[in-house]
Amino acid sequence: MSSFGTNRPSGPREGDYYQRDLTVHPPAFTPIYKTSVTRSPQKALLSLEQGIGEITGPVFTAEDLGPLDNDLILNYAKTGEPIGERIIVHGRVLDENGRGVPHTLVEFWQANAGGRYRHKKDTYLAPIDPNFGGCGRCLTDENGYYYFRTIKPGPYPWRNYVNSWRPAHIHFSIFGRSFTQRLITQMYFEGDPLIDVCPIVKTIPDPEAVKRLIAPLDLRATVPLDCRAYKFDIVLRGRRSTLFENRLEGN
Amino acid sequence: MVQPLNYLSETTSQTAGPYVHIGLAPAAAGFDIFEKNFSHVVAGPQTRGTRIRIEGRVLDGTGTPVRDVLVESWQANSEGRFNHPDDTQTKALDPDFRGWGRSCSDFDTGVFLLDTIKPGSVPWRDGRPQAPHISLWIVARGINIGLNTRLYFSDEEAANANDPVLRLIEQEVRRKTLIAERQETPEGLVYRFDIHLQGDRETVFFDI
Repeated sequence: MSSFGTNRPSGPREGDYYQRDLTVHPPAFTPIYKTSVTRSPQKALLSLEQGIGEITGPVFTAEDLGPLDNDLILNYAKTGEPIGERIIVHGRVLDENGRGVPHTLVEFWQANAGGRYRHKKDTYLAPIDPNFGGCGRCLTDENGYYYFRTIKPGPYPWRNYVNSWRPAHIHFSIFGRSFTQRLITQMYFEGDPLIDVCPIVKTIPDPEAVKRLIAPLDLRATVPLDCRAYKFDIVLRGRRSTLFENRLEGN
Repeated sequence: MVQPLNYLSETTSQTAGPYVHIGLAPAAAGFDIFEKNFSHVVAGPQTRGTRIRIEGRVLDGTGTPVRDVLVESWQANSEGRFNHPDDTQTKALDPDFRGWGRSCSDFDTGVFLLDTIKPGSVPWRDGRPQAPHISLWIVARGINIGLNTRLYFSDEEAANANDPVLRLIEQEVRRKTLIAERQETPEGLVYRFDIHLQGDRETVFFDI
């Protein structure tokens, strides 16, 4: 059966994904982020060893994407280019073993330069930019590398406390190779004073884990006289090399 | 001192937020940007198997439908094989079936839909058959890390009773939270599946 079968070559082979280290993630119930209070499971998660359905996941190809999907400066331009600071965001999708995750789908979405989303539920008074959609996607290359071009998003107010502001951020959705690796996160920008006071950032108990969500300015990757760059590496769960047989539970 | 182990740490999850539709389902957010879009239609015109619709809601701790939720599904084809290189079973692949879908709840009713086919049985780690099921992943504003659960079928009573994963759930009363209710409607076969984030009927969520 699959990679758990009995006919296999000798030597290490790919096994299960490492158990998720929940200490690097926010818990479900975080009263500082009020919406989590009624949306957080209260019973313990049932920890499950992985079967075929857990070590597999959807496969995407270039056929699923359009040619401008990784260029948010051009992918919704109607009468001209969008207003705001032109930036490139780039980096690698890696696993916990440090290996690049090739050909995986990365999706991203964000507010415009004024902090407004093109979403029918966003009523913030900053204007919609007629030339900015605010979403894109790409596949990593064979080494796990990805990049896209966009406008730096603005911070915006939101209803948590009366005076809560989100730091500028870009949302990321990453698939990896298996459904166990599925992840949604947010990238923040180096030097933003709103990061330290954001209730959503504060749901993360580990300060080192927060730092890993903050992308540094990467001057070497800028396009001179055109566009600055930020570097953001993303780490998905790694996979065990099976050196010896696992005795399967048989009850 | 010892040598460092040098494993990297998984990137921290953050909530998908209220505007998740912008990025993952822009048509639902009210605008048209991509030429090709992912959707709740999991089965294509040529996909083999029994056509079914999954229809459900995600309910918060007050029993109110979550109207800004995004649900993704992952399942085997009608033979019980996943469309992925790490599924090395010899069963037939279905060329018109990726096995993955993405559904946004309706902004007014909170109802999400998946149009798919009923999956076949897939063996568990030790070779025992699992009952047919669909894996679901749920994200929304207020959910800090995506929630994993499974949907099983009410008309698979015998298979469900022997399913190795359902049997891991200690309290039998909680196993029911993963069973979708079969309904025959004029439009076809529908399985109703409500997901309760909290409370007495809290759905079983997995740490996979």
